[in-house]
Amino acid sequence: MNEFAATFFNLEILERVWPLLLHGLTMTAFLSLMIVPMGLAVGLLVALLQSPRAGLRRWAMVAYVDLFRAYPPLVLLIYVYYGLPFFGINTDAFWSVVLALTLNTSAYFAEVFRAGIKGIPSGQIQAARATGLGGGQTMLYIVLPQAVRNMLPDLLSNMLESIKLTSLASVVTLPELLRAARLAQGNSLNATPLIAAALLYLAFLWPLVRLTTRLERRMLAAR
Amino acid sequence: MDTFAENFLNLDVVGDYVPDLLAGMWITLKLAGIILFFGLASGTALALVRMVRLRLLNLVILVFVDVARALPPLMLMVVAYFGLPYLGLRLNGFAVACIVLAAVLAAFTEELLWAGLSTVAVGQYEAARSTGLTFLQMMGSVILPQAFRLVQAPLLSRIIATTKNTALASVVAVPELLSQANTAQGYSGNASPLTAASLGYLAIMLPMVIVARHYERRQRPE
Repeated sequence: MNEFAATFFNLEILERVWPLLLHGLTMTAFLSLMIVPMGLAVGLLVALLQSPRAGLRRWAMVAYVDLFRAYPPLVLLIYVYYGLPFFGINTDAFWSVVLALTLNTSAYFAEVFRAGIKGIPSGQIQAARATGLGGGQTMLYIVLPQAVRNMLPDLLSNMLESIKLTSLASVVTLPELLRAARLAQGNSLNATPLIAAALLYLAFLWPLVRLTTRLERRMLAAR
Repeated sequence: MDTFAENFLNLDVVGDYVPDLLAGMWITLKLAGIILFFGLASGTALALVRMVRLRLLNLVILVFVDVARALPPLMLMVVAYFGLPYLGLRLNGFAVACIVLAAVLAAFTEELLWAGLSTVAVGQYEAARSTGLTFLQMMGSVILPQAFRLVQAPLLSRIIATTKNTALASVVAVPELLSQANTAQGYSGNASPLTAASLGYLAIMLPMVIVARHYERRQRPE
């Protein structure tokens, strides 16, 4: 039992690798703060461009969403990271991760926004337009505020998935939390850094999981 | 434009690695099959166990589900692959990928199905029991089919995500499609094997995405 503790919950080692883990955690947070807002913005744009009337444009947006829902994000990341240098574009790991994960995440957000906007009764839009609001104003002041309420559980669960996805950055040697833990584990020949990293993820993401579950329940009950 | 074709769409390079890529694709399909089967089956079993409403057991299930949803699957795979050997338990990458991804899918399936089960009207349960069905008969022929239908769209989404996650197995040294393509890319100094692998993944995934879209359409009241 003591040996187990010394291998998995070794405080001495934890103290030594803590700065490295903290550095990794900061990078994970920074990546998340880039990718989630950019994914939301691009996703909203894609959903808005997908208006039901426009034939070709609508088709292109559906293709965008389906393509990135189908394409494994790790494959996309590796393609971007190893592929772009062939164009003479020198991508560093950070921007490769931001680009690949934003493309992936935005497709999911686009789908959520599209469904949410569609769920608003057309009477709302007609009434807004009748009061003299423009198309953009109607979207901004009437449709989106109502839609966001319905979309909240899906938006949250997609955010959670995006944050978890940042762990893929470890594969292209970006020193985020998982990569930092792997390095620390290699240096210390001890599993404690891996356990510590898992606990750090858990500390930040468990509340988000609970909140998502609760909101999903409420939506399902309301149906 | 020529350099693009040469570096990304080079059939000569891809030709050299076709056997490797096909072998990788086969492993990807095997991984997906095993993970989907065991993940969905054990997730359903967990939801049924939760129906029995034993307090301690439900707490264990709840913690398992939350942890599996909160942690990145890659983190779990790394812990299992690099951490467990310290306990003297050395699993190969294929086993690690299967166990971790099936467990994560089981957690999501349990969560969705449990929500579905609690939404099926109480009258359905009472009516099924009053016709003389046993608990398992009631679940199997009356309740579960309705619950599955309620959650089919998010469940399909999760099945797609799980299949895509088989690419993570490349990190724990499983020679699946991405891993083969990446190796070929390294040897040849050319990105075309990655293009070929991308097409391989799309061939597997796009039909699933299109089916999922169909179900989402059908389910949403419009």
